[in-house]
Amino acid sequence: MRRAKSFFVSFFEWFGELGLFCGRLLKSAFVPPFEGRELLSQMDEIRSRSLPLVALAGAATGVVLSLQVSDSLVRFGGKALLPEVIVFSLIKETGPMITALVVAGRVGAGIGAELGSMRVTEQIDAMEASAVDPYKFLAATRVLARVTMLPLLTLAANFCGIVMGWVATTLVEPTSLRLFLHNGFQDVRFEDFLPALAKTAVYGLIIGLVASFQDMRSRGGTAGVGRSATSSVVLSSLFIILADVVMVKLILVLFPYES
Amino acid sequence: MSPEHDQTAAPVEVKGLKKSFDGNAVLKGIDLTLARGETLAILGRSGTGKSVFLKLIIGLQQPDSGSIRVEGTETAGLLPERLNEIRKKMGFLFQQAALYDSLTVGENVAFPLRRHSKKSAAEHEELVRELLSSVGMENDIDKLPSEISGGMQKRVGLARALALEPEILLLDEPTAGLDPITAAEIGDLIRGLKEKREISSIVVTHDVEASKAVSDRFVLMADGSILAQGKFEEIERSDNEFVHRFLHGGK
Repeated sequence: MRRAKSFFVSFFEWFGELGLFCGRLLKSAFVPPFEGRELLSQMDEIRSRSLPLVALAGAATGVVLSLQVSDSLVRFGGKALLPEVIVFSLIKETGPMITALVVAGRVGAGIGAELGSMRVTEQIDAMEASAVDPYKFLAATRVLARVTMLPLLTLAANFCGIVMGWVATTLVEPTSLRLFLHNGFQDVRFEDFLPALAKTAVYGLIIGLVASFQDMRSRGGTAGVGRSATSSVVLSSLFIILADVVMVKLILVLFPYES
Repeated sequence: MSPEHDQTAAPVEVKGLKKSFDGNAVLKGIDLTLARGETLAILGRSGTGKSVFLKLIIGLQQPDSGSIRVEGTETAGLLPERLNEIRKKMGFLFQQAALYDSLTVGENVAFPLRRHSKKSAAEHEELVRELLSSVGMENDIDKLPSEISGGMQKRVGLARALALEPEILLLDEPTAGLDPITAAEIGDLIRGLKEKREISSIVVTHDVEASKAVSDRFVLMADGSILAQGKFEEIERSDNEFVHRFLHGGK
């Protein structure tokens, strides 16, 4: 009973502190000086670290979708729908989700190791001592970089997924890329495409916030750095999936399909 | 410059300062004044709250009670923007130097300049070279902190602390873990600084010999309180047994 109680207390404490952290970031993000250079270098860092991985994961997803879906569609007698199913699945769900999970692992752990070790080696204190707000310079730039880069990376994943989906399809049953794309995109509306992309900006926000929050508080030397990096990856992956449930429903309500 | 900036006020004035962590009292009511242009050494065994004292002065930690005045302005509970104005007047050398490990030596020294100084990039570069050559590190400007030794890191840390031409310098164990020759060089650097500019400094150390060479006044701390203070000859005459043992190497 007491353990359960302390679990709940620390659970709500965690959310409370996360809320304060978000408030502090939000406040610092709108007050000059803006750390534009640091933001750009962070965006570049994400690109160089995760673009190849995201492209690979997207390509693999495209291939898997083509193989799995064609098997099912043949059974149901809807084989002609294959391009459309691949495209819809990728742009609406699998592309954003795979990208978010890859980036959460790759870049979330990256912030973890970086900010965590800066904290335990007093570099964050040193920054404060030289009158620079570490929440703004380190955390706000990292969060913002993830928010802007995730939709772009998702586009890359979608692109690779669709191309490789075509490759996998055409190996089984030769189709021209043009026909594949034409069939795939004939029913795609902007309302299918844009909200799903906007969703990934929210994933980026989750990755950036959870990772930098966990790591700015890391304590207890190098072991503590490892712990906070691991927990930030686990927590951000979990929150991404939970947020997806809410956002999918929200998007369906806000952008209904009217035939 | 803040309106209440007061040239007559002491650079640092601390009254009744208390701080505890998880119920452990680390500082039990410290009263201390740093005079302008003075170098004050705070001596004491490791773990007696000397580093905490420095971090309280620059506002990296908040006191439980008591007052900290820097150039006449109370810093406890100050808004972050105002606190940062005061921090720009202070240079802080961390015990482990705390250089930014992803930046080169030169970028480390330039970091506070780029953020706070209005000068041009070329002037910054010139100033960085000057600062690094004053600590004898001008040839390592493009190296990363991980590529230089601990003593060199401390010298770079000192150059970074001096970048904004602070009026107050806070040094946390500037010579700990260094060989005697490097320690003496750092000591010379600090003394040279005092002669060149009117810097007031607090040096936290457990190295009695090194602090003797650079300091005007000495404070001996134990168990979170001040045991003795004054000129070295004065504290040496103290009849407190701990003071005696500390100053004479545990004998």
